[in-house]
Amino acid sequence: MAHSYTPGLKVTSLATLRRERKLPLPGDVLVTEGQRVTAETIVARTQLPGNVQTVNAANLLGVLPEDVEECLTKPVGSKVENGETFAESRSFFGLFRSKVHAPVKGTIESVSKITGQVLLREEPIPVEVDAYVDGVIVEVQPKSGVTVETRGAFIQGIFGVGGETCGELHVAVAGPGEPLEDRAIDTSSRGKILVGGTYVTTSVLRKAIAQGVKAVVVGGFDDYDLRQLLGYDLGVAITGSEELGITLIVTEGFGSIPMAARTFDLLRSCEGRRVSVSGATQIRAGVQRPEIVAPLLEATTERDVKEDSTEGGLKAGDMVRVIRQPYFGKIGRVTALPPELMPLETEAKVRVLEVDFGNGSRTFLPRANVEMIES
Amino acid sequence: MSNIDPEKLRSILATDCGSTTTKAILIERRGSEYRLIVRGEAPTTVEAPFEDVTRGVLNSIMEVEELAGRKILDGERIITPQKGNEGVDLYISTSSAGGGLQMMVSGVVKSMTGESAQRAALGAGAIVMDVIASNDGRLPHEKIKRIRHLRPDMILLSGGVDGGTTSHVAEMAELLAAADPKARLGAGYELPVIYAGNKDAIDIVKERLGKKVALVITENLRPVLERENLGPARDKIHDLFMEHVMAHAPGYKKLMTWSPVPIMPTPGAVGLIIETIARDEKIQVIGVDIGGATTDVFSVFQGVFNRTVSANLGMSYSVSNVLAEAGLPNIMRWVPFDIEERDLRNRIKNKMIRPTTIPQSLEELIIEQAIAREALRLAFEQHKSLAVGLKGVQQERTISDTFEQTSSGETLVRLDHLDLLVGSGGVLSHAPRRSQAALMMLDAFLPEHVTELAVDSIFMMPQLGVLSTVHPRAAKEVFEKDCLVRLGSAVAAVGPGKDGAAALRVTLEMPGGRREELALAYGDLRLVPLELGETAKATLKPEKGLDVGEGKGKERVVTLKGGVVGLVFDCRGRQPFRIPEERAARIAKLNQWNEALRIYPARDARKVSTAELRPVEARV
Repeated sequence: MAHSYTPGLKVTSLATLRRERKLPLPGDVLVTEGQRVTAETIVARTQLPGNVQTVNAANLLGVLPEDVEECLTKPVGSKVENGETFAESRSFFGLFRSKVHAPVKGTIESVSKITGQVLLREEPIPVEVDAYVDGVIVEVQPKSGVTVETRGAFIQGIFGVGGETCGELHVAVAGPGEPLEDRAIDTSSRGKILVGGTYVTTSVLRKAIAQGVKAVVVGGFDDYDLRQLLGYDLGVAITGSEELGITLIVTEGFGSIPMAARTFDLLRSCEGRRVSVSGATQIRAGVQRPEIVAPLLEATTERDVKEDSTEGGLKAGDMVRVIRQPYFGKIGRVTALPPELMPLETEAKVRVLEVDFGNGSRTFLPRANVEMIES
Repeated sequence: MSNIDPEKLRSILATDCGSTTTKAILIERRGSEYRLIVRGEAPTTVEAPFEDVTRGVLNSIMEVEELAGRKILDGERIITPQKGNEGVDLYISTSSAGGGLQMMVSGVVKSMTGESAQRAALGAGAIVMDVIASNDGRLPHEKIKRIRHLRPDMILLSGGVDGGTTSHVAEMAELLAAADPKARLGAGYELPVIYAGNKDAIDIVKERLGKKVALVITENLRPVLERENLGPARDKIHDLFMEHVMAHAPGYKKLMTWSPVPIMPTPGAVGLIIETIARDEKIQVIGVDIGGATTDVFSVFQGVFNRTVSANLGMSYSVSNVLAEAGLPNIMRWVPFDIEERDLRNRIKNKMIRPTTIPQSLEELIIEQAIAREALRLAFEQHKSLAVGLKGVQQERTISDTFEQTSSGETLVRLDHLDLLVGSGGVLSHAPRRSQAALMMLDAFLPEHVTELAVDSIFMMPQLGVLSTVHPRAAKEVFEKDCLVRLGSAVAAVGPGKDGAAALRVTLEMPGGRREELALAYGDLRLVPLELGETAKATLKPEKGLDVGEGKGKERVVTLKGGVVGLVFDCRGRQPFRIPEERAARIAKLNQWNEALRIYPARDARKVSTAELRPVEARV
C-alpha cells in the first residue's frame, strides 16, 4: 500500500473545535450568529409529532368501516381528552348505544373507510438542543440548528458509555498508574468530572453515581464491570444513549491500563476548569470516539489542530502504542519500517515495523497493531 | 449496458467498495481466456474527512497501476476503452459502503407474505432491519413507533394473494402513512417504498401513500399461496438502490457515471456467482462470506436461491456480539488451552474498539478462529431458519388443519445433499494455512456424507458477480482459475457412536494405481493428501448405525476430488457432533484433530499460554 494509515486518538492542549447542534425535525433556532453561549444554553427547540394510537372504532361501534366517520361526535382534526367520547352509534331503534372513548389525550387525525380504524395523535413531544460546549455560535442553519465553535484542550477516548454532560474537572488520583478508588469520592465530588488512572470498578462507579458525579475518565475498564454497569453484554460498540446517571470515558482500552502520561498530564493541567464530555462511541461507518473538551476561549496562542491531524503516515522516530497482545499497552519508538512482508508466529505474512521499547531490545510488530501517539 | 460487446473486451477493472476497504481487481484476456492480473486495495472514503467514495476507488486503482506496471488513470478519470497498454475496456463496481442497503419489509401474515418479502429483500442484497406484519404481536402504535425509529433506505410493502382481501394491506399502508418514515441518507428526498402485494389493493395503497413517499408498484411477490414471484421485487430494489440510495451516498453520483453497468449491492453480486455455480454444475451449494461487521450465507438447494445476512455477526466490529450471542462456553470449547474468562472478554472487547488489529501470536490466532467457528455456526443457524419452503401452502390434509403450518415451511438446506461449501471473508480467505479454513468450515457447518470444500482466494466474488451480468464467460473463467481455491473433499459419517469404536473403513484408489486402506474409529479425523486436479475412487464402508450417503451401514463408492488440503475423513460424529465436556479430554481431542489436519505450526498449541508468550524475535 502506498500509505500506512494508523489510527490515532487526539490529545491536544489547544484546538479549535466545531460541533453541530441539530434538531431531529425542523423547528426554531433560539440563538444568533456570533452569540456567546454556555454548554447549557438551549440553542434550538422543536416539537416532535406525538405517538399515534389506533382505535378500532368499527368493531367497538358495531358498524361497517365506511360508516365510522358518520358516528364521530367530533370531526377529524378535533382535540380530545383522555377518556372523552368521540364516536357513538345507536342500534335497535336507538335503544342500544355504543361509545368510543379516547385512550389518550390528542387529536383525531384520520378515519379509515376500509379498516374502520381511527388514528389519534398524542400531544407533541418538545425537544430541546443545548450548546454542549461553552463557545460562540459561528453558523446558524435556519430551522435546523447551529454550529458552535470553541477553543481549548481536546482529548479523545477510545470507548465510552453515557451521553453528553458538563462539569468541573477534578483529578482524583495521584498518578496515571493508580486506580480510581472509593475513598476519592465524597460529597465534594457532586457535579464534577473525575479523572482516574488505571481503572475503575463498577462498585466505585455506583458510589460516584450516588454522590452525583457527572462523569469519570479512566485509562482502562474491565468488560466484566461493563456488563455489571449496563446490565447486559454489549454486542456492538454503538453507545451514548445509555441512561446510567453517569458518563464513563475510557482512554486506553479494556483491562487495567495506566492512562497515557500525556493524556493524564493534559487532564491535570485542566484541574478546576469547566469541561464538556460525551461518552458516545460508534465504531462503524462514521467512527465516533468519546471526548473531553476543556474550553479556554480567551486562549490567544495560535495552534489550531485539524481533527484528522494525527491520521497519516508513520515514520521512524514516531512514538507508538501497541494495541494488541502480546505487547498490549506498551509504548515504544519506531526504529524501522521495512517494506517487505514478514512472517509472524502465526505464519501470516504482513507489513511490520520495528519498535524500541526503551530497554534497548528491538521487536517487530504488525503495523496494524500499533497506534500513533502525538508527541 | 446494451452497447457492450463481451467478445471485444480485452481488459476489465472491477472494484468493490466495502465498509472499510475498497478492493480493485484487474482482469485481462490472455490468449483466449480471461485471468486475474493484480489486486489492489485502499481504505474506503465514504466517511469524513473525504466523504467521497471515488477517492478510495482511485487509490485502489492507483495500487493496481503500480502492481500491474501500466497506466489506467488519466488524472481522476479511468481511461476507457483501452488504448495500447493504457486504460481498460470496462469498469464495473459493487458497493456495501455506508452500511449497505438497509430495508424494512412488511407483509400481512408474518410467516407467509412477511417471510416472502424478507426473502426478496435479502436476495437483492439488503439488510432487513425489521419485518412488520399484521400479526407480528405488536400493537399498531408500537409498529408506528418502530417504523419512525428505523429510518431505512427503502421499504418493501407486500401482502395478500391476488384477488384476496384488501383490508389488511390497507391497514399496513395506513400504518406506514401515519408513521411518515424518513430516509436514512439525505433528509431532502422521499423514501422509496415498493408495493408488491395484492394487485386489487394497488389503488388503495396509491391513495394512502402516493403523496407521502416515492411509491413504486410492481408485481405481487406472492400472487398465490403456492408460489413466490420474487424476481420483479428484487429488480425494483436494485433499480431504486441505484436511483435513490446510491445517488445520495457521498461521491456515488460521480462513480455511477464511470461505469456503464449499474452498481450492485455487494451481497447481491456474490449471490449471483453462487447461483451461477449451482446452475452450471447442477449442484447444491452453500456460500458464506464472513466480514468484520456481518456474515452472509447463500445457498442453492433444489434450484432455490436463498441469502441471509446476520447483521451483527462478524470478526471485528461485531466480534463482541458473537461472544454475547454464542456465550463464552461455546467459544471456549474450540480453544485447546486455558484462558481466564476476564482476560478473554477484555481481549474481545479490545478487538471491537480497535477492529483493524491482527493476531500476532499463535494463541491469538487460535482464539480468533474459535470465535469465527461460532460466528459461522450462528449465521448458518439463522440461514437454515429462513431458507425454508413456502409456509401456508395447503397440504393434502383435512379442512381442520388447513391453518396448521408445521409440515410446510421446512428448511431447504439439507447438509446430506450439499455438494460444495465455499468460504469467503478475511478469517477464511486469509487464514495462514488453508487447512485452518477447511477445519473452521467443517466445525461450523458440519457437512454430511461427501462435500467438496473451497475458499475464495482473495475475496473477489463480488466483482465477479457483477461481471457475470455483462460477461458470464469471463466471470466464470476467472472464478474457476483465480478465485476459487478448491481445498478437497470431506467425508463425514452421520450417526451416533462411542469414542474409539470402529466407524469407517475406506479403500482409496489413488492416482497412479496406488491403493490406500484406512480404518477410522469414532472420534477420528484423518487427512489424506490428494493434489488439486486429482481424483481418487473411494469405497466407503461405514459401521452399523453410521451413514455416508447410502443408508446406515451401507457401502458407498464415490469419486473424491483432491485440493490444496486433500481428503478429509471426519468420523467425529454428526447428529450428534459432540466435543468432550471434561476439560482435559476436550483439550486432548482438539489437539488430536488439529494435529490430524496439521492446522497449526509444529509448536505444540497445548503449551501456549499467556504466561509463556515471548516476544517475536526479529526476523530481518
